[in-house]
Amino acid sequence: MQYLVSVIDDTAGLATPDEDAAIDVFNDRLKAEGHWVFAGGLAAPSSATVIDNRGDEAMFTDGPFLESKEYLAGFWIIEAPDLDVALKLAGEGSKACNRKIEVRPFL
Amino acid sequence: MSAAAVEEAITQAHHEEWARVVAALTRRFGDLDVAEEAAAEAFATAVGRWPADGVPANPGAWLTTTANRKAIDWIRRENKRGDKQKDAQMLCGDDPSGPPGVIDDDRLRLIFTCCHPALAIQTRVALTLRMVAGLTVPEIARAFLVRETTMERRITRAKAKIKAARIPYRVPSAEDLPARVSGVLAVLFLVFNEGYLATGPGTDPVRHDLTAEAIRLTRLIRALLPEDGEVVGLLALMLLTEARRTARVSASGELVTLIEQDRGTWDAALLAEGHRLVRERLAARVAPGRYQILAAISAVHTCARDVRDTDWSQVVALYNQLIRLDQSPIIALNRAVAVAELDGPEVALAAVDRLEDKLASYHAYHATRADLLRRLDRGDQSRAAYDKAIELAGNTAEIAYLTRRRDQLV
Repeated sequence: MQYLVSVIDDTAGLATPDEDAAIDVFNDRLKAEGHWVFAGGLAAPSSATVIDNRGDEAMFTDGPFLESKEYLAGFWIIEAPDLDVALKLAGEGSKACNRKIEVRPFL
Repeated sequence: MSAAAVEEAITQAHHEEWARVVAALTRRFGDLDVAEEAAAEAFATAVGRWPADGVPANPGAWLTTTANRKAIDWIRRENKRGDKQKDAQMLCGDDPSGPPGVIDDDRLRLIFTCCHPALAIQTRVALTLRMVAGLTVPEIARAFLVRETTMERRITRAKAKIKAARIPYRVPSAEDLPARVSGVLAVLFLVFNEGYLATGPGTDPVRHDLTAEAIRLTRLIRALLPEDGEVVGLLALMLLTEARRTARVSASGELVTLIEQDRGTWDAALLAEGHRLVRERLAARVAPGRYQILAAISAVHTCARDVRDTDWSQVVALYNQLIRLDQSPIIALNRAVAVAELDGPEVALAAVDRLEDKLASYHAYHATRADLLRRLDRGDQSRAAYDKAIELAGNTAEIAYLTRRRDQLV
């Protein structure tokens, strides 16, 4: 079972060196224990472009699809047998990156 | 067997077997929907058949067998409809023995799944009442004053989340158990309190169906987790509170405070059981948790035959102990009520006033202030506080009581 673990941010600015170091330790653990699938940090929402190509011509919109105070700053995809395990890992991830986290199962 | 006896047997089987049937089916089929549907069908079949065929020798086994057959039929029907076989089966625990002090019983898995912290608290309450207590959706909707469709949606959404997010069907590990048990107890306490101080116009001030259901479920948890002191504490607290139920509302539908209650009408059997449980926890000599302390406070109150015999210093000492565990302003408010008896209303009022920031929208804060101000002969301020309390109170008996008290001010 895979879960998308999203990092929710409401502060401008990247992770501090301390946070980066803690994230590295957490990532190593995910890999060592077989939970790691993928992870990545994202550039600021203002760098996003929305594309809609359902019509005749592709439409581009500058900026994120949703303007909000909180945004997705990065994510992990983890492998876990059930939600209890996923929540425990996500809790540690939240401590490591020092941000709120959302856990959502893949279909 | 008379029709009444059969009906009685069905009610009893529903009380005793519903959770067991749902829990066993959930484990076997890995699906709460299938378990709930099949259990409901099995009981409906019993209602149809038992009056003619007689009550089976072992109603639980009969119901489980019937529900199993219904579940298999249901799954076949679903498959014939072309639905894909459910691949998102719930995960069962690998450790059949579970943590120490825990009796292995599928009902415990069911309770922990329904009270999972990833579900909203109102959802946990609804799901527990449906899956564990066996209340129908209309009954639960009525209990919480929401529309049936709303309640149906809430329960359906919860079951879908359990399946999609894979909330496991197992007893938590020993490490997680205390926190998860306290989550379960919070759900049961919420059900009890909603029954004890029902909110909303047009409802009975005390909803015995809900308090009785909460007590029944807490007894079940106690049987399954016999070594947990907090479970005993919560059960004792509920029993000592329930014992005062009839004394709590007057014939004219007005709330009667603990101090004014006719102690002769308290239920002696419930009090005796509650006191015995509190003594059992004292004898255990383990640092008590919040429910055990609350039960002990209730025991001090109910030990006094006359309100004047109440050992208020003991009550305040217990509140001091409780505050060290739980800084909730509501506990500080209740402590102040006891302080008023021990040190006088002036000292208590100073303590209550310090809680204004946190409790300004809580009716009991204003009701407590109103009473203290009344005792200090500060009539105008008392009246204003009663007005505010009445405006915020939801319980009909409490509103009647507060209104009379306000109108008696000189």
